[in-house]
Amino acid sequence: MKILVPVKRVVDYNVKVRVKKDETDVELDNVKMSMNPFDEIAVEEALRLKEKGVASEIIAVSIGLPEVQETIRNALAMGADSGVFVNCTSKLEPLSVAKILTSICNKIKPDLVIMGKQAIDDDMNATGQMLSAMLNWGQATFASKLEIQEKKIKVGREIDGGIENIEVNLPAIVTTDLRLNEPRYASLPNIMKAKRKPIDEIQVKDLNIDIAPRLEILKVEEPKSREAGIMVKSVDEMIEKLKNEAKVI
Amino acid sequence: MKTLVVVDHNNNKLEKSTLNTIKAASQLENVDLLVLSDSCKDICNELINIKNINNIFINENDAFKNQLAEDSANFIAENFKNYTNILFSNTSNGKNIAPRLAGLLDTMIIPDVIEIVDKQTFKRPIYAGNAIATCKSKNKINIITIRATAFEEAEIGNENVGKIQEIGNLTSNNLSKYLNSELTKSERPELTSADIVVSGGRGLGSAENFQLLEKLADKLGAAMGASRAAVDAGYVPNDWQVGQTGKIVAPNLYIAVGISGAIQHLAGMKDSKVIIGINKDEEAPIFSISDYGLAEDLFKAVPEMESKIN
Ligand SMILES: Cc1cc2nc3c(=O)[nH]c(=O)nc-3n(C[C@H](O)[C@H](O)[C@H](O)COP(=O)(O)OP(=O)(O)OC[C@H]3O[C@@H](n4cnc5c(N)ncnc54)[C@H](O)[C@@H]3O)c2cc1C
Repeated sequence: MKILVPVKRVVDYNVKVRVKKDETDVELDNVKMSMNPFDEIAVEEALRLKEKGVASEIIAVSIGLPEVQETIRNALAMGADSGVFVNCTSKLEPLSVAKILTSICNKIKPDLVIMGKQAIDDDMNATGQMLSAMLNWGQATFASKLEIQEKKIKVGREIDGGIENIEVNLPAIVTTDLRLNEPRYASLPNIMKAKRKPIDEIQVKDLNIDIAPRLEILKVEEPKSREAGIMVKSVDEMIEKLKNEAKVI
Repeated sequence: MKTLVVVDHNNNKLEKSTLNTIKAASQLENVDLLVLSDSCKDICNELINIKNINNIFINENDAFKNQLAEDSANFIAENFKNYTNILFSNTSNGKNIAPRLAGLLDTMIIPDVIEIVDKQTFKRPIYAGNAIATCKSKNKINIITIRATAFEEAEIGNENVGKIQEIGNLTSNNLSKYLNSELTKSERPELTSADIVVSGGRGLGSAENFQLLEKLADKLGAAMGASRAAVDAGYVPNDWQVGQTGKIVAPNLYIAVGISGAIQHLAGMKDSKVIIGINKDEEAPIFSISDYGLAEDLFKAVPEMESKIN
């Protein structure tokens, strides 16, 4: 079984992002970048399937500027076998990413795509579902449990009321939730080994896909800030404030 | 211009956030509703008195009982592609179906909208709510999910307004199959619409200790929430998670206990009206957004609070 894992380079989750003064975007200069945490979970899940003997090959793909090859290298250092780098200098929306991934899937023909449920930069939560629509494959979003059966997968999904179990025919798209697994760290020898693993480069223009954005970003602004609060000294004072000042209990 | 709201429900009851989505839709124009279920009657009864709606389209089919994304998206794409706007609540169902529909209709989804500026311009949070983006849509069809806490609920009158009409035929593509679900049972109010939320974090230390908080919640008639760390540690079920990747809440009162206040957690609760933080570390970031902070050991403060509230 062949597994494709799309990985995105995003602002590290520990960074407190700031809006640019001109309100066109957030500040991205000199900010630490990492693999989207949900994608790390996706890579980890693919690796576990390979270790169980269910998967035979794991391919990591990333789309963007040459820097995204670092993210592919991270996936290779974790244990993926090879990478695909789609070179693209324009800003992409999930719709375009899904179209590019459709084209990659048609070429590579994976049996399963495991990807993050959302990227922590634009918080879209869309690419996996769009990709499965375009391929006309089944989808299992927000997965916290994954089991491969013959020609099918069984997935536990995190939904608003608890967990839902579904079965999806292969090939399929799975999007990962936080509790699917805990991703491993790449060991030093594996980081060295990853440098020799192959990354295939594709130019986005060779794919002949319309990637023009459909949403024009007019402005990126700070959220409303809250007024500063106070520290109280005791539970009695807290209850008094909640009753008489805030009037919420 | 026609606007469709896809109704979220569990086949018996309306999912409350649908009312907020309908309210948001009323800022667009000509609002119709769509109910897909194996049994639409009870849900339609809840919808029929809502003000300012036109048609309530229904399709009853066993295949819709579990709202599998593949069938729902195909059905909507086939029957409603002449609509200008299709809105969903940003619930786990909405998040599952809406982007698939957008993929089918070759349109860029506009998720988690918190403000409709005009008919083509929408505001949405990005970077865990640390920035708000204003997006102008060039889509022919806008597929939107609505953040419930950012909109009021639609008004309900005494007159039957909606005209119920059957529509369409589903041909199921059988790509996926529902097996079963493990739902968290609770007598408490629903987390995303509760007036008061009591949330616990890693500081609670165990599932047993969460009972301290649950006692306080029950005294206040509150819903229970949690940080990711508390869910990951197995203290509480996953559907209690509040945050960037959990539920978004904005109650009148949010009580954060033993929660440090990571940005991913704040993303889910910082629009609450009043926030209180209880944490033994007086430097904890939760205090920077708390209206009232108490730097004390929770194992002392929580039982005391519980006993003193009547
Ligand atoms: C991709 C991604 C998505 C995420 N999504 C979410 C999300 O949706 N929601 C979410 O919550 N987190 C999320 N997180 C995790 C987030 O970054 C934090 O790790 C998490 O919120 C921390 O939970 P916590 O505050 O309970 O634990 P900690 O940060 O460990 O804080 C525990 C707190 O308890 C206090 N404490 C300990 N003992 C006591 C005591 N006896 N009395 C009083 N106080 C005490 C400590 O002082 C400390 O401040 C996400 C992370 C990533 C990477």
